[in-house]
Amino acid sequence: MISLKGFLRRFFSDPVAIGAGLVLLVLVLMAVLAPFLAPQNPYDLMQLDIMDSEMPPSWKPGGDPRFWLGTDAQGRGVFSTIMYGTGISLLIGIGAVIVQAVLGVTLGLIAGYKGGWIDSFLMRLADIQLSLSTLMMAIIALALFQAAFDANIYADYAIIMLIMVIGIAEWPKFARTVRSSVLGERKKEYVDAARVIGLPPRKIMWGHILPNTLTPVLVISTIQVAEAIMIEASLSFLGLGMPVDRPSLGSLIRSGFEFIFSGSWWITLYPAIVLVALILALNLLGDWLRDVLNPKLRRGED
Amino acid sequence: MHIIAFLIRRAIQAVIVMFVISLIGFSIQDNLGDPLRELVGQSVSEEARDDLREELGLNDPFFVQYTRFLGNALQGDLGNSYFFKRPALSVILDKFPATFELVLGAVFIFVSLSIPAGIYCAINRDSWLARLIMTGSIVGISIPVFLTAIGMVWLFGVELGWLPAFGRGDTYEMPWGWDTGFLTWDGLSHLILPSVTLSSIMLPLFIRLIRAEMMEAMGTEYVRFARAKGLSTRRVRYVHAFRNTLLPVVTVGGLMIGTLIAYTILTETVFQWPGMGFLFLEAVNRVDTPLIIAYIIIVGLIFVVVNTIVDFIYTLINPMVKLPGAKG
Repeated sequence: MISLKGFLRRFFSDPVAIGAGLVLLVLVLMAVLAPFLAPQNPYDLMQLDIMDSEMPPSWKPGGDPRFWLGTDAQGRGVFSTIMYGTGISLLIGIGAVIVQAVLGVTLGLIAGYKGGWIDSFLMRLADIQLSLSTLMMAIIALALFQAAFDANIYADYAIIMLIMVIGIAEWPKFARTVRSSVLGERKKEYVDAARVIGLPPRKIMWGHILPNTLTPVLVISTIQVAEAIMIEASLSFLGLGMPVDRPSLGSLIRSGFEFIFSGSWWITLYPAIVLVALILALNLLGDWLRDVLNPKLRRGED
Repeated sequence: MHIIAFLIRRAIQAVIVMFVISLIGFSIQDNLGDPLRELVGQSVSEEARDDLREELGLNDPFFVQYTRFLGNALQGDLGNSYFFKRPALSVILDKFPATFELVLGAVFIFVSLSIPAGIYCAINRDSWLARLIMTGSIVGISIPVFLTAIGMVWLFGVELGWLPAFGRGDTYEMPWGWDTGFLTWDGLSHLILPSVTLSSIMLPLFIRLIRAEMMEAMGTEYVRFARAKGLSTRRVRYVHAFRNTLLPVVTVGGLMIGTLIAYTILTETVFQWPGMGFLFLEAVNRVDTPLIIAYIIIVGLIFVVVNTIVDFIYTLINPMVKLPGAKG
């Protein structure tokens, strides 16, 4: 492990980490403060005017100073929809990873600590589920959900469905990580000591072993958020995720794609840049965290 | 004995996966849409409906209905597509060549690029080119495949106009009914953008994997011993070390098949490639239940077959599986 001071020192001496951290900070602030900072509220139909549709960015001929990055086909300011959309993408990404972590840590702890048939059953399930691929499972689950319910019901539950589907599909990543740490910890003296003084297994698992397995959980969480955001964007792009009137970054790109050929590239390009910046920043930070917190993994890779 | 036990275990797993998929398929058929309405429309009396329902066996218990579904499915009968009015299975299989050729094109590109790039990055770890490739690979991992696709369409299809960006172009029908785009210039030129896109998302993953495995292999006793024996550096690297990286690469490659199929749906959507994924999304929008079920079952089957083949290759390459008890 590494002290907080050492951690910060390493962070501020690495330009890539600083850059990724800054980008992430700006995007998170942008999303959180969207209701206060955004020039328009894209959810408020009263503020939309169809006359404003498909305007180019303000510095281009035909642009309007009210709409810095131009407008989309419904007359929504692209800059404002990006601010709100980033928030929805982040919300789903973080929500899905919380579901993954809760499920994965619980099942991983049980598998590692109990062993035996529970362990082999859970790990076999994890293998099969991982090889089926999260994106594939999510596409099928959401396609069925969409075919089964009508569009309005679907729109109301889209956020919850996306969080649950991506969360449930990816638990094996956390479960495997936690299980392998538990296997390492289980044989240590403090666990024997806890057992000898008569603590119940539940207490030993959650109170004693769990805290020692959290570092790798933290390391994969960052990369998992990036992955969840990417999966959500892909689903929304296919029309299986967030509806157009409550767009995430993926649904913004979907609605812009039709207009690329009529020359309105800004509707697609700016959300795309923000999406890639968000995923890239999270991936870079995740790699950096892994290098700093888990030198063993680093040696394995280098 | 070891191989047989291994393959039996694998076969049991394949059967379980297909069983779960068939259950999913059946429950979709049971719950999505009303087959009576699709058959007779709204204008038939309630009594005639009940008779028909009885005749079709829709009032039978779950287990009887499921067995019937399974029996039909095993004979290749998954019902008629509501939209195409043809057997759903043959609608899907007509689109199989398009998806298969897209995947083949992508696999060809990423295998032929990732092996040299991965080996190079492992051997010349600190060179500027290796660093550039590694930085590029993390950027590549962070770009969703549909954005690469949109970028390709916009740049090469619209702005530069170098390559066709939509559809499959001219195809040539083989005697056994397989539509191929490989034999016409037009078909090949249509294949370039989609297959480059599909490979772009797999390429960084494989470069990183091959690099990591290669570096690990170069540090093993086995490779050091080969070098000590006086073999040339070239031979040690490409024969001894590289062969050891094949095993994990094949395994991970097999595990990626599900992801690859999911990416074909995204790629086909952007390029309007007339494959199975594009058809599946259309079926979802039309609530064409038999077609949705047929797609899920075909994809499940492809998945199971590929994984079984990969496991078989694994037993062929991995000496440890052949010789139980022997240590690497």
